[in-house]
Amino acid sequence: MTSKSTTVARARDESEPGTLALVCAAGWALPGAGHLWLGRRQKAIVFMTVLPIMFVIGLMLDGRIFPFDTREPLVALAAVADMGLGLPWLAARLAGAGEGTVTSVTYEYGNTFLIVAGLLNFLVILDAFDIAKGRK
Amino acid sequence: MSSHFLLLAVFSLMVSTVFAALLRDEPREQLRTGAMMFGGFVAAAFVFGWLMYPLPL
Repeated sequence: MTSKSTTVARARDESEPGTLALVCAAGWALPGAGHLWLGRRQKAIVFMTVLPIMFVIGLMLDGRIFPFDTREPLVALAAVADMGLGLPWLAARLAGAGEGTVTSVTYEYGNTFLIVAGLLNFLVILDAFDIAKGRK
Repeated sequence: MSSHFLLLAVFSLMVSTVFAALLRDEPREQLRTGAMMFGGFVAAAFVFGWLMYPLPL
Protein backbone atom coordinates (compact mmCIF):
# COMPACT_ATOMS: atom_id res chain seq x y z
CA MET A 1 0.00 0.00 0.00
CA THR A 2 1.50 3.35 -1.07
CA SER A 3 1.10 6.37 1.14
CA LYS A 4 0.05 9.75 -0.19
CA SER A 5 3.55 11.19 0.22
CA THR A 6 5.06 8.25 -1.72
CA THR A 7 2.59 8.78 -4.56
CA VAL A 8 3.34 12.51 -4.69
CA ALA A 9 7.09 11.84 -4.65
CA ARG A 10 6.71 9.30 -7.47
CA ALA A 11 4.64 11.73 -9.56
CA ARG A 12 7.33 14.37 -9.01
CA ASP A 13 10.06 11.91 -10.09
CA GLU A 14 8.15 11.04 -13.26
CA SER A 15 7.81 14.68 -14.30
CA GLU A 16 11.58 15.31 -14.04
CA PRO A 17 12.96 16.16 -17.51
CA GLY A 18 15.38 13.20 -17.50
CA THR A 19 12.67 10.74 -16.54
CA LEU A 20 10.29 12.23 -19.10
CA ALA A 21 12.88 11.72 -21.83
CA LEU A 22 13.46 8.13 -20.70
CA VAL A 23 9.72 7.39 -20.63
CA CYS A 24 9.38 8.75 -24.18
CA ALA A 25 12.46 6.87 -25.38
CA ALA A 26 11.16 3.63 -23.87
CA GLY A 27 7.77 4.24 -25.49
CA TRP A 28 9.44 4.82 -28.83
CA ALA A 29 11.71 1.78 -28.61
CA LEU A 30 8.95 -0.59 -27.53
CA PRO A 31 5.34 0.47 -28.06
CA GLY A 32 3.58 0.64 -24.69
CA ALA A 33 6.79 0.54 -22.62
CA GLY A 34 6.25 4.14 -21.50
CA HIS A 35 2.80 3.25 -20.16
CA LEU A 36 4.20 0.15 -18.47
CA TRP A 37 6.82 2.32 -16.77
CA LEU A 38 4.07 4.63 -15.51
CA GLY A 39 2.01 1.74 -14.15
CA ARG A 40 -0.72 1.76 -16.83
CA ARG A 41 -0.47 -1.98 -17.42
CA GLN A 42 -3.75 -2.53 -19.23
CA LYS A 43 -3.05 0.17 -21.81
CA ALA A 44 0.56 -0.98 -22.15
CA ILE A 45 -0.56 -4.52 -22.99
CA VAL A 46 -2.94 -3.20 -25.67
CA PHE A 47 -0.23 -1.08 -27.31
CA MET A 48 2.43 -3.79 -27.00
CA THR A 49 0.14 -6.25 -28.73
CA VAL A 50 -1.67 -4.25 -31.39
CA LEU A 51 1.07 -1.97 -32.77
CA PRO A 52 3.71 -4.65 -33.48
CA ILE A 53 0.99 -6.88 -35.00
CA MET A 54 -0.01 -3.99 -37.29
CA PHE A 55 3.63 -3.57 -38.27
CA VAL A 56 4.06 -7.29 -39.03
CA ILE A 57 0.84 -7.35 -41.06
CA GLY A 58 2.19 -4.38 -43.03
CA LEU A 59 5.35 -6.33 -43.83
CA MET A 60 3.34 -9.45 -44.74
CA LEU A 61 1.29 -7.35 -47.16
CA ASP A 62 4.49 -6.45 -49.08
CA GLY A 63 4.59 -2.94 -47.66
CA ARG A 64 7.74 -0.88 -47.88
CA ILE A 65 9.77 0.61 -45.07
CA PHE A 66 10.64 3.87 -46.77
CA PRO A 67 14.20 5.20 -46.78
CA PHE A 68 14.85 8.72 -45.54
CA ASP A 69 15.14 10.58 -48.83
CA THR A 70 14.95 14.36 -48.58
CA ARG A 71 14.73 14.77 -52.36
CA GLU A 72 11.25 13.24 -52.18
CA PRO A 73 9.33 14.93 -49.35
CA LEU A 74 6.47 12.41 -49.25
CA VAL A 75 8.90 9.50 -49.05
CA ALA A 76 10.79 11.30 -46.26
CA LEU A 77 7.52 11.85 -44.36
CA ALA A 78 6.60 8.18 -44.78
CA ALA A 79 10.08 7.24 -43.51
CA VAL A 80 9.57 9.38 -40.39
CA ALA A 81 6.19 7.71 -39.80
CA ASP A 82 7.75 4.25 -40.22
CA MET A 83 10.45 5.14 -37.68
CA GLY A 84 7.75 5.69 -35.07
CA LEU A 85 7.77 2.03 -34.17
CA GLY A 86 11.29 1.97 -32.74
CA LEU A 87 12.85 -1.45 -32.26
CA PRO A 88 10.48 -3.40 -34.55
CA TRP A 89 11.32 -0.88 -37.28
CA LEU A 90 15.04 -1.17 -36.57
CA ALA A 91 14.89 -4.98 -36.51
CA ALA A 92 13.02 -5.05 -39.80
CA ARG A 93 15.54 -2.67 -41.39
CA LEU A 94 18.48 -4.76 -40.17
CA ALA A 95 16.82 -8.00 -41.33
CA GLY A 96 16.31 -6.53 -44.77
CA ALA A 97 12.52 -6.80 -44.47
CA GLY A 98 10.19 -4.17 -45.86
CA GLU A 99 11.69 -3.93 -49.33
CA GLY A 100 8.16 -3.52 -50.67
CA THR A 101 6.77 -5.17 -53.78
CA VAL A 102 5.23 -2.44 -55.91
CA THR A 103 3.51 -4.95 -58.18
CA SER A 104 1.79 -6.69 -55.26
CA VAL A 105 -1.94 -6.07 -55.04
CA THR A 106 -1.59 -5.39 -51.31
CA TYR A 107 1.42 -3.03 -51.57
CA GLU A 108 -0.52 0.13 -50.67
CA TYR A 109 -2.36 -1.65 -47.87
CA GLY A 110 0.99 -2.77 -46.48
CA ASN A 111 2.32 0.78 -46.59
CA THR A 112 -0.80 2.03 -44.84
CA PHE A 113 -0.43 -0.51 -42.02
CA LEU A 114 3.28 0.32 -41.58
CA ILE A 115 2.83 4.10 -41.65
CA VAL A 116 -0.24 4.15 -39.41
CA ALA A 117 1.40 1.81 -36.86
CA GLY A 118 4.31 4.27 -36.59
CA LEU A 119 2.07 7.33 -36.34
CA LEU A 120 -0.13 5.68 -33.70
CA ASN A 121 2.98 4.99 -31.65
CA PHE A 122 3.84 8.69 -31.78
CA LEU A 123 0.40 9.35 -30.26
CA VAL A 124 1.03 6.68 -27.64
CA ILE A 125 4.34 8.37 -26.75
CA LEU A 126 2.57 11.73 -26.39
CA ASP A 127 -0.03 10.08 -24.14
CA ALA A 128 2.74 8.63 -21.95
CA PHE A 129 4.33 12.10 -21.83
CA ASP A 130 1.05 13.65 -20.67
CA ILE A 131 0.60 10.96 -18.00
CA ALA A 132 4.16 11.48 -16.75
CA LYS A 133 3.57 15.26 -16.60
CA GLY A 134 0.47 14.60 -14.50
CA ARG A 135 -1.94 16.01 -17.09
CA LYS A 136 -3.92 12.76 -17.33
CA MET B 1 -4.88 -11.85 -47.54
CA SER B 2 -6.07 -9.87 -50.52
CA SER B 3 -9.71 -9.35 -49.58
CA HIS B 4 -10.18 -5.59 -49.49
CA PHE B 5 -12.99 -5.83 -46.98
CA LEU B 6 -11.06 -8.13 -44.64
CA LEU B 7 -8.06 -5.80 -44.69
CA LEU B 8 -10.31 -2.81 -44.08
CA ALA B 9 -11.92 -4.61 -41.12
CA VAL B 10 -8.56 -5.65 -39.63
CA PHE B 11 -7.16 -2.12 -40.05
CA SER B 12 -10.28 -0.56 -38.51
CA LEU B 13 -10.23 -2.99 -35.60
CA MET B 14 -6.62 -2.22 -34.75
CA VAL B 15 -6.90 1.55 -35.09
CA SER B 16 -10.12 1.61 -33.02
CA THR B 17 -8.51 -0.55 -30.33
CA VAL B 18 -5.53 1.80 -29.98
CA PHE B 19 -7.68 4.95 -29.99
CA ALA B 20 -10.12 3.46 -27.46
CA ALA B 21 -7.21 2.62 -25.13
CA LEU B 22 -5.77 6.12 -25.61
CA LEU B 23 -8.97 8.05 -25.09
CA ARG B 24 -10.71 6.13 -22.30
CA ASP B 25 -9.53 4.77 -18.97
CA GLU B 26 -12.28 2.38 -17.91
CA PRO B 27 -12.43 -1.00 -19.72
CA ARG B 28 -16.20 -0.73 -20.26
CA GLU B 29 -15.83 2.75 -21.76
CA GLN B 30 -12.93 1.56 -23.90
CA LEU B 31 -15.03 -1.30 -25.25
CA ARG B 32 -17.92 1.04 -26.06
CA THR B 33 -15.73 3.66 -27.73
CA GLY B 34 -13.78 1.04 -29.66
CA ALA B 35 -16.95 -0.66 -30.90
CA MET B 36 -18.47 2.67 -31.98
CA MET B 37 -15.29 3.71 -33.74
CA PHE B 38 -14.98 0.37 -35.49
CA GLY B 39 -18.61 0.54 -36.62
CA GLY B 40 -18.03 4.10 -37.83
CA PHE B 41 -15.00 3.08 -39.86
CA VAL B 42 -16.80 0.20 -41.57
CA ALA B 43 -20.01 2.17 -42.16
CA ALA B 44 -18.06 5.12 -43.61
CA ALA B 45 -16.18 2.76 -45.91
CA PHE B 46 -19.50 1.37 -47.21
CA VAL B 47 -21.02 4.84 -47.67
CA PHE B 48 -17.98 6.31 -49.45
CA GLY B 49 -17.56 3.12 -51.46
CA TRP B 50 -21.09 3.41 -52.83
CA LEU B 51 -20.77 7.15 -53.37
CA MET B 52 -17.68 6.56 -55.49
CA TYR B 53 -19.25 3.62 -57.33
CA PRO B 54 -20.34 5.66 -60.41
CA LEU B 55 -16.90 7.30 -60.73
CA PRO B 56 -15.27 7.95 -63.11
CA LEU B 57 -18.39 9.30 -64.78
